[in-house]
Amino acid sequence: MSPSILLLLGLGLGLAGWLAARARAWNFRRDIRNEGKGGRLAALPSYHAWYVALWIVLPVLVFAIAWSFLAPQLVTGWVLSDPAAAGLPHFGFERRAILDEAASVALGSAPGVFNPLAEGLVEPYRLAFAKVRWIGIAATLVIGFLGGASAFLRLRPEFTARTRVERTIMTVLLMASLVAILTTLGILVSLVFETIRFFGMVSPLDFLLGTHWGPDPMGNPLNPDPSRYGAIPLFWGTIYIGAIIAMFVAIPLGLMSAIFLTQYASPRWRSVLKPALEILAGVPTVVYGYFAALTVAPAIRDAAQAIGIANASSESGLAAGLVMGVMIIPFVSSMADDSIAAVPQAMRDGSLAMGATTSETIRRVLIPAALPGIVAGVMLAISRAIGETMIVVMAAGAAANLTANPLEAMTTVTFQIVAMLTGEGSFDHPATLSAFALGFVLFLVTLALNFFALRVVKRFREAYE
Amino acid sequence: MSETALPDRTGAFQARLRKRYASERRFKALGLCAVLFSVGVLAILLVTMTMNGIGGFQRAELAVPVDFSKAELAIDPQRLNDKDAIQALELAGLPLLIDNSAEQTLGRKAADELGSEAWREAARDIIADPSLLKRKAVLNLPTSKDLASALRGDGHEELRAQARDLVAKGQLARNFDPGFLARADATDAQMVGIWGALKGSMLTMFVTLLLAFPVGVLAALYLEEYAAKNRWTEIIEVSINNLAAVPSIIFGLLGLAVFLWIFPNYRSAPLIGGMTLALMTMPVIVISGRNAIKAVPPSIRDGALAIGASPVQVVFHHVLPLALPGILTGTIIGMARALGETAPLLMIGMRAFVATPPDGFTSPATALPVQIFLWSDEIDRGFVERTSAAIIILLIFLLVMNGLAIYLRNRFEKKW
Repeated sequence: MSPSILLLLGLGLGLAGWLAARARAWNFRRDIRNEGKGGRLAALPSYHAWYVALWIVLPVLVFAIAWSFLAPQLVTGWVLSDPAAAGLPHFGFERRAILDEAASVALGSAPGVFNPLAEGLVEPYRLAFAKVRWIGIAATLVIGFLGGASAFLRLRPEFTARTRVERTIMTVLLMASLVAILTTLGILVSLVFETIRFFGMVSPLDFLLGTHWGPDPMGNPLNPDPSRYGAIPLFWGTIYIGAIIAMFVAIPLGLMSAIFLTQYASPRWRSVLKPALEILAGVPTVVYGYFAALTVAPAIRDAAQAIGIANASSESGLAAGLVMGVMIIPFVSSMADDSIAAVPQAMRDGSLAMGATTSETIRRVLIPAALPGIVAGVMLAISRAIGETMIVVMAAGAAANLTANPLEAMTTVTFQIVAMLTGEGSFDHPATLSAFALGFVLFLVTLALNFFALRVVKRFREAYE
Repeated sequence: MSETALPDRTGAFQARLRKRYASERRFKALGLCAVLFSVGVLAILLVTMTMNGIGGFQRAELAVPVDFSKAELAIDPQRLNDKDAIQALELAGLPLLIDNSAEQTLGRKAADELGSEAWREAARDIIADPSLLKRKAVLNLPTSKDLASALRGDGHEELRAQARDLVAKGQLARNFDPGFLARADATDAQMVGIWGALKGSMLTMFVTLLLAFPVGVLAALYLEEYAAKNRWTEIIEVSINNLAAVPSIIFGLLGLAVFLWIFPNYRSAPLIGGMTLALMTMPVIVISGRNAIKAVPPSIRDGALAIGASPVQVVFHHVLPLALPGILTGTIIGMARALGETAPLLMIGMRAFVATPPDGFTSPATALPVQIFLWSDEIDRGFVERTSAAIIILLIFLLVMNGLAIYLRNRFEKKW
């Protein structure tokens, strides 16, 4: 029983109401003309039509959503009150499995039952499903009809249907923009809630200041070892890969690319090179990750062995960081591009007029003037790099080493979130919950970076306007 | 008038000037190098993927001559139209027939290296062309993964010699494998296909588009056209700007904690994946939509208002149609980003092994980028080629989407 049938029914009713209301409004209009006393409809016929249609579809929509939550509970209730349900185990996994089995047979998605206990429940399920279906359809018809009729009876020549319809549209628009707030709240609530549960098992101090990371997803969930939940190695790995190695690549190359493309390149060169950078920005991270693991990491290992570092690992922070840096180049480049373009032309002209070469103008005038914007761009780039997941998952390794050697395997916050949540661990285990605590830290850090960066950009823009 | 007063160009001055010009040239060359480095990495990436990926569209196949007319499989040709025709052919003894025919022509050892699923391919050939049952035919059937890797030059020396021998006889070859685009995931690299993941991605993207596009456009219209400048509007704007920069994996955590809590039965379903990605795509659509709406000149609004349109009519009859190409461009770019997104889908369980293409929005599925990630974990060399082939397909899709966005921008963008 899916709510889509009810929605289709509601839409059908709405269409009928729309046509009926429009016909009625046309009649009003004809009557006014026949009377010949002048005057006109307060709203166009189509607005009368929309008014009635909305009064049908919106209540049905609300009902369908409510019903899709209520109906499964009603079905289970009815089935459990059947005498055949008396023999079920009282609770737990087995009971659930038997019920699911009977339900899927009753729905026709499974050919037959295995469990004899489920056999007797198929028929009650079938009856309950039929009952729910017919109640749903009947209620939809009644609600749609009542809504439509009450709206239809309100139609008059002087009825201001347009204002009412427009008020509804404005409400819908407002609700659409509230989705953004809801999403932010949803993120906060889901992270905070699970993080508090995690901190109930492992103290925040152990988590934030401990230097050993090695949660045991199979360990006793009631008595976790707090010394295995020290996240410092993860924070270090994240910063080392995302904010140090990647930025070593991305900042100089991104900045120089932006300078070359905006100040030196002829329009023809620019029209070739700029799309190439955009393609680089559009490559999915999983492809970069694969590239890092397949090509870059072995190359780095071989190079390291060639210069005599025998224990170089094939999963290294360096490979992940380098590829991440390449991924970030277009981002830094476009941010630098924007801030250089925002520097007033007069400053550049002044410098050139004094006899400075182009490169001197860039280095001594444009870049100092654009520096706040470039710094903000770098902050945004760092926030993107530390939140990047697939490259580190595929290339950086799982070992939580607290090391400054870029050739060793290193792990990051995002890697551990993936590792903790894709295992078989239960949802009540501190190892699983630690992923949410890590996510919360990541969220706060990226939020802070973005917040400051956007402020800097805004103030910088105002300074030159 | 013949003498022009030139500035004094002393030797020291000339030397300084030369130095400054040299540094100018160095700076410019440095810039060019930076750009060329990026382009070079892009080229290496594409070339690596293509070189590996070409092999991914092929597979090792043994040419097995089978004489169906002599073997007389006990099967009614009518049964071949049934849904369970493959099972019927299995009961009729097709696997044995294939094995025997292979032994006769290739020898026992080579017949053992026929893939365990090879008879299914033969069954599909028969279903596609029932007249095969009455004649002799040479079927190209997939080998075992051991023989496939031997053909590639890995594995035991003994098997490699056998592979060389079979190749010399013309019985073993790497053929183009159109089935790669039609099958779903499998444990054997010889038998995998991309269609399952591609279909999962399409279903997911459909849900994403259905949710993110209307909400994003309506929110953009509200913020740009109607919202009063007050605290609420500011909160909405700040949260949209922040959502656009939140790491994608955080959206995965949201989907895991909220959506899977509400719908616990829809783990790894495209519905949940689509909802999660929609939250991620919506801010992108809002931001690009607002820019497109902002670009519509105020004179349009003033003109409509002057002849008596209501504010809602102004927006829906005049502003929105003019801004639509820009909004669509932003939407396509946002969708392209969502199509390549992996991490949030891992969080909500779309990483399961799914051997059949999903048949609906609520059945277990995987997505193209997740499939790439899963295959990249496999040790078998055959998967390296398959992964690269899947990457080529993903990149082609993204290229088409971005090309469409650029076309829309150039075709419909108006300068007012």
